Amino acid sequence: MTNDGVLRLGFAARFIALTLAHSGTSFVRFGLVIRELYFTGVLSLIIILVSGLFVGMVLGFQGFHTLQTYGSESALGVLVALSLVRELGPVVSALLFASRAGSAMTAEIGLMKATEQLSAMEMMAVDPISRVVAPRFWAGFISMPLLAAMFSAMGVFGGYLVGVVLIGVDEGSFWSQMQSAVDFREDILNGVIKSVVFGFAITWIALFEGYDAPPTAEGVSGATTRTVVTSSLAVLGLDFVLTSFMFRGI
Amino acid sequence: MLDLWVGIFVCAGIGALLILALKVGNMGGLGGSDTYRLYARFDNIGGLKPRAPVKSAGVVVGRVEEVTFDNDRFVAKVAMNIETRYKFPKDTTASVLTSGLLGEQYIGLEGGGDTAVLAEGDSLKLTQSAVVLEKLIGQFLYSKAAEGGDDKK
Repeated sequence: MTNDGVLRLGFAARFIALTLAHSGTSFVRFGLVIRELYFTGVLSLIIILVSGLFVGMVLGFQGFHTLQTYGSESALGVLVALSLVRELGPVVSALLFASRAGSAMTAEIGLMKATEQLSAMEMMAVDPISRVVAPRFWAGFISMPLLAAMFSAMGVFGGYLVGVVLIGVDEGSFWSQMQSAVDFREDILNGVIKSVVFGFAITWIALFEGYDAPPTAEGVSGATTRTVVTSSLAVLGLDFVLTSFMFRGI
Repeated sequence: MLDLWVGIFVCAGIGALLILALKVGNMGGLGGSDTYRLYARFDNIGGLKPRAPVKSAGVVVGRVEEVTFDNDRFVAKVAMNIETRYKFPKDTTASVLTSGLLGEQYIGLEGGGDTAVLAEGDSLKLTQSAVVLEKLIGQFLYSKAAEGGDDKK
């Protein structure tokens, strides 16, 4: 059991090294990556934008409710922006990305393997890693930070809608307090770094699970489930590690 | 068609990043303008942190660059970057203040009457430390005790 786990981990490490080494084709034929960007990025837009808007609006209500107790409801902008940019933006969009795009990647590659399309490619001397796996990896790697940024921007807009338009927090102090509290390097850049790391982890797990899936209907469905579970746990675990490095409280 | 959508997607993503940087964050604020370095030594800086604002008359004129411990004099040494367009006289007082009751700490500069102005690398001679609540309470208790002693005489 343990032996199996270590074995799979070793295979996963070899798999990602192989993917990175065979990425040349993805950049020479960038059309491949663009095609995958459409499936992983553009088709995830709706769920990311709508969730971002609602998360921001809920933050607006909850934050106002709590801050009102201390008479500091003008700090609502700070609360909404900091919690979105630092934590919720990267983490929630990564969880959504894992279930929306990660599972699709696993199922697609798993089915390709089950129907022996990958073997057929090898027969034709086309390397499936550089033709199928690497473009998907780079597409996920590129789209994740962009999706997280859109999630955060949408969330801030949602917080603005509820806080300023609906409840009536002063618009000037909402934006100015936000701008003086949110630091570009400390907050926004760290959020982007987080989402880049999450994008790497999710696409790695999704592609590996698909590539490693037993070539049966059952195997592919099991691999898809494992992708969502493992990558969600990986995102939350990595978030803890990254946060403890970035915000040590010093 | 596919390319168009991907193009829109990438543009929207970069646009969102720009919005975050410019509208939500302050993009460094003073990052672009020229600054000069001033030093000030405080007996106690309280909770002052790097990047805290330096204000004069409530206007942000610079930022704290770093806070170090001066091991020769056993005091805190604060380096701050002041925007070049603001000049302060030599006898400017620097004090560690708190914005609001529970707010963050910042450095307040109060100009004096000297005609010579501070330049790059100068140190402020007159400083006022942060108010430490424990010391304040200690002094209060001490003065109370002293009063009690007087009454008995």
